[in-house]
Parts: sequence; C-alpha cells; structure tokens
Amino acid sequence: MNVQIEIQLIAIVVALACSTLGVFLILRKMAMMADAIGHTILFGIVVAFFITHDLNSPLLIIGAALTGTLTVFLVESINKTKLVSEDSSIGLIFPLLFSIGVILISLYAGDVHLDTDAVLLGEIAFAPFNRFVVNGVDIGPSSLYIMGAILIMNIVYVSVFYKELKISTFDPNLAMALGISPGIMHYSLMTLVSLTAVGAFDAVGAILVVAFMVGPPTAAYLLTDDLKDMIFLSGIIGTISVVLGYWTARIFDVAIAGMMAVMVGAIFLLIFLFAPDRGLLSIMRRKKRQKYDFAQISFLMHVINHEGAKDEREELGINTIHEHLGWNKEFVKDIFNNLYKSNLVYIEDDIIRITDKGRDLAISNAEEIVNGI
Amino acid sequence: MKYAVEANDLTVAYHKKPVLWDIDLEIPSGVLMAIVGPNGAGKSTLIKTMLNMIKPVTGETRFWGEAYEKQRKNIGYVPQRGSVDWDFPTNVLDVVTMGTYGELGWFKRAGKKEKEKAIKALEKVDMLPFADRQISQLSGGQQQRVFLARALVQNADIYFMDEPFQGVDAKTEKAIINLLRELRSMRKTVVVVHHDLQTVEEYFDWVTLLNKVIIASGPAEKVFNEENLMKAYKSKVDKLFS
Repeated sequence: MNVQIEIQLIAIVVALACSTLGVFLILRKMAMMADAIGHTILFGIVVAFFITHDLNSPLLIIGAALTGTLTVFLVESINKTKLVSEDSSIGLIFPLLFSIGVILISLYAGDVHLDTDAVLLGEIAFAPFNRFVVNGVDIGPSSLYIMGAILIMNIVYVSVFYKELKISTFDPNLAMALGISPGIMHYSLMTLVSLTAVGAFDAVGAILVVAFMVGPPTAAYLLTDDLKDMIFLSGIIGTISVVLGYWTARIFDVAIAGMMAVMVGAIFLLIFLFAPDRGLLSIMRRKKRQKYDFAQISFLMHVINHEGAKDEREELGINTIHEHLGWNKEFVKDIFNNLYKSNLVYIEDDIIRITDKGRDLAISNAEEIVNGI
Repeated sequence: MKYAVEANDLTVAYHKKPVLWDIDLEIPSGVLMAIVGPNGAGKSTLIKTMLNMIKPVTGETRFWGEAYEKQRKNIGYVPQRGSVDWDFPTNVLDVVTMGTYGELGWFKRAGKKEKEKAIKALEKVDMLPFADRQISQLSGGQQQRVFLARALVQNADIYFMDEPFQGVDAKTEKAIINLLRELRSMRKTVVVVHHDLQTVEEYFDWVTLLNKVIIASGPAEKVFNEENLMKAYKSKVDKLFS
C-alpha cells in the first residue's frame, strides 16, 4: 500500500467512526459536548502518560476515555444545580481540564512527542510512519488498525443498540417508562465518543475529530428524514471530505488535516444552500412562491369584495386598483397576467372582473385559511 | 380490594421546596380519571413520580399491590407532546412502533408483528394515511394522536397521559375522548392530566384535585364542586386580591 492511500484510508476510517456516533450527538443537541470531549481527553492522556511513561500504553486510551466521561459528568453536575446553563457549564469545564493538560505538558513533557500542536491538529502525514509489525512482518500503519477497531466497535454498538439509542434520543421519558435506561445509553455513548476521540487524536487531531463528528451528520440531517439514511449519508459525506481534502492539500501544499476540516465545512455549506427540501435556497424559493400565491388570492378576494359596489370603477379599475392594494403597478400587472392566463380574471370596460373558476378558487382558499387546516 | 394505583405518602421536593406533599391517592380499576389543579400544582410531577421517573423523598406507589418494576408492562405512558423534538428524522409508523420496545426488551428488534400492531393502533386514531409521513409535517393534533397510538400498542391495563388535550384541534379532541371511552369500556384505567375545567365532568368519571397536596379525590359528581375548586385554586385567588 502506498503512503497516499494509507493516509486517506486512515482518515476515512476516522471519519466513519466519528460520524456514526456524531449522528446521535447532534440529534441530542450535544455538538458542543463533542467539542469539549475532543479537547479534555488531553488531560487524561497526559496524566496516564505520567503514570506509565509510555506513549503507546493502552492505559493512555483508558485514561483519556475516563476523562471524556468525567467531562460529561462534571458538565451535567454543574448544570443540574440550575445555577449555570449547559453551554456555560461546557465553557467552564472544557478550558479547565484542557489547560491543565496543556500546563502539565509544558512543565514536564517537553522532551517527548506530546505537544499541543499535535494534539489540536494532529499530523496525519506522519501517521503511516508508525507501523504495525507482527512477527517481523509489516502489516500496515498502526493507527489504521487502532481506528479500524474503534470503527468496528462503534458500528457494532450502534447496530446492537439501535432501537435503544433511537428511543432514548427521541423520547427519554418514554424510554424510561419502558425500562430502557436513558442514563445507560447516554454514558455508553459518551464513553465511545471519548474512546473515538482518543484513538483519532494522534492521527488527525482534536479539531478534525470534532469536524467529523458534527459536520457530516449535520449536513446529512438536511438531506434526509430517515435515521438510518442519516447515518449512511454522514459516512459518505465524511469520506468525500477526506478525499477532496487530501488532494486539495496536496495541490496547495498545506496541512492535510486542516484541509479535510475545511472540506467538511465546504460540503456542509453546499448542502445548507442547495439541499432539495431543507436547503436555504429551497426554503427561500418556497417562501417567495407562498407569498406570490397569497398575493394572487388577495387579488381575487379584492375583486370579489368590491364587484358590484358603487365604487367598483375606482376599486377595480385597471389604472387605479394598484393604489387600493398598496402594490406597485408592475406587480399588479404581473399578478393580473398570471391570473388571466389561468382564466381566473378578465377585463370588461376597463374594470377587472372575476370568472366563476376564479371565484371558486379564491373562496376555497379563503376557507382553508380561516379554518387553519 | 386492590386498587389499580395506590400512592402512599409521596413527597417530592426540589431542593427545600416541596413540589408534592404527602400524597395519598387511590385510583380504583376501570375509572377515567382527571388530575386537575393550577399551574405548578405538581400534576406532571405526580405522574412522573408514580411512574418511577422522579425519585420521591418519601413514599411509594403500588400498582395492583405490586411495585412499578413488576407491573411496568401493564402501564402505558403518554408524555407531553412538547417534550420531544418533532424534527427528529423518523416517520409516524416508526414512532408508534416505539411503543413495542418495552415488551421487546433489550437487543431484540421490532419486526413484522410489531409493525402490524402499530398499524392497527394508527387505524384506531384515524392516522393510518399518515403512516409514512415525516413527523415534523404533522399538525399538533396529529402529533397527539400519534402519541396516543404509541400508547395503544403498549396494550397496557392502565394509561397515564400528560395533557393530551393541550393545544389540539376539535377533531383530535373528539378522537381522544372517543378513545378514552373505548379504553374505559375495555375496563382499562386511564389517568389524564387535564387543564380545561369546563370539560372535566363531561369527559371523566373520577377526579383528583391537586395543589401540592391532594385537595379531594373521588367520583366526579362528589368531589368536583365549587368548594374543592376554590381550595385547589385558592392561592391563585388569593394572589388576585392581595
């Protein structure tokens, strides 16, 4: 396997592991918690390192995972007092644990490969240098195996507990009433998020972990109404970000992990703008359409209200009607032409008249609006 | 005689402030009961405490003489409609199927049998044509009917419903009340947190008036009177004149 493919493969596995859990994080409105965990694990890694003095010790992973869970626990404990809101609690705990980690590194760990830059940004270009060797045979980069194992664990967790995750995310009250403990689901999910963040931080850094956990699921959320599709789409979006990010970084000779995170943002932006149903443009178009439709109905109702009245020549006259509707002349002309084309109105002796078809349409629409159903 | 629900000495406190105070409540089998009381009287808290979601400071609740854990499968629950995120990526049929999760237990997945149950329940609340509809596209009344259908598939003997009439249209209100009557005719016990005093006597045969303590509880014609209402809503009346 060449290095280029290895780097992309590692990043894809990280993206998939992150987005699988990320879907549930964003549905639980916990994107900021993912951010916090992605950083506070540093504290756990450093403390575990001081105990073991070995950067490859499995204790580092355990220590970091525990810190992630500790972060969640502390945030929730502070939040439970109702003295501090949840986002503020995160804002308190996250910098506290993270900076203790940073201080410890700067004090004692200056000589080892454990620096804050690496933690935040990772260096995926170096990831393939760390090989997994079995009986003297090189079988690939070790981070690929670590992240592969974490990915499999996440997939098994989500598929085995799919129903429990779904109900405890959607309706924790009912889950509790049915005997499915939302607390267990919550902490098991958070533990896996921590483990994933730990496994990935060495390769891709905390920022990309957060980008993968939050970006692809949020984008997928705009594309589908189905939870399973949301998980699959997140994976696809994550994978595309990796490949695009890698090659763009190569072309411009910039940080690979950084460019991948940029691609996550760029793809999100595209989907945010152009998603068929929930994209910004589609919403704006729909609103404009509704406004236009409503103007047409208002026009018809105006004609119905004033036809046959004494002042109908004034109210419905082709040169004066725009003053009574409070619209500009061009808009009135446009609305009239459209209604005329559909055979809903016509002009008779310079007065606007309504056809039977127009009358039926206006009245049935007005009823709908009044009844609100 | 064993009551369907029997709460003894329930006290729930938030810090030092009691939310429910020494509640003793007996609900006979087969009644259609309304819990009424002013805002902040602890109506939802009472239901949640009886269903083991909130831990009381003192007291316990028994269902047919047994602890909640033992009777859980016989107890259905309809949370407040506003307690969930209706933008969650799922459809109507799927939400109703969630009602079967308790019976399934951990690990097992909902299959054909569970789907069929859900479809039957949707039919009952007149929502079958919406089975594939994304839940965010429902009106408030339709959402409430989905929640009811979800409770129906639990096939419980006693139902707790938290403000099912809150903000629903006339059609849904009628559908709910028909359903409640049907449940009663099947000898089920139904406990409903209710806000609209006007309809209490028409819809329910049993009433509990609550304002942190039980003011009165019993057959509607006996306890739903001016004197008890004054007591339950007294603090509000006092405030108005103070």
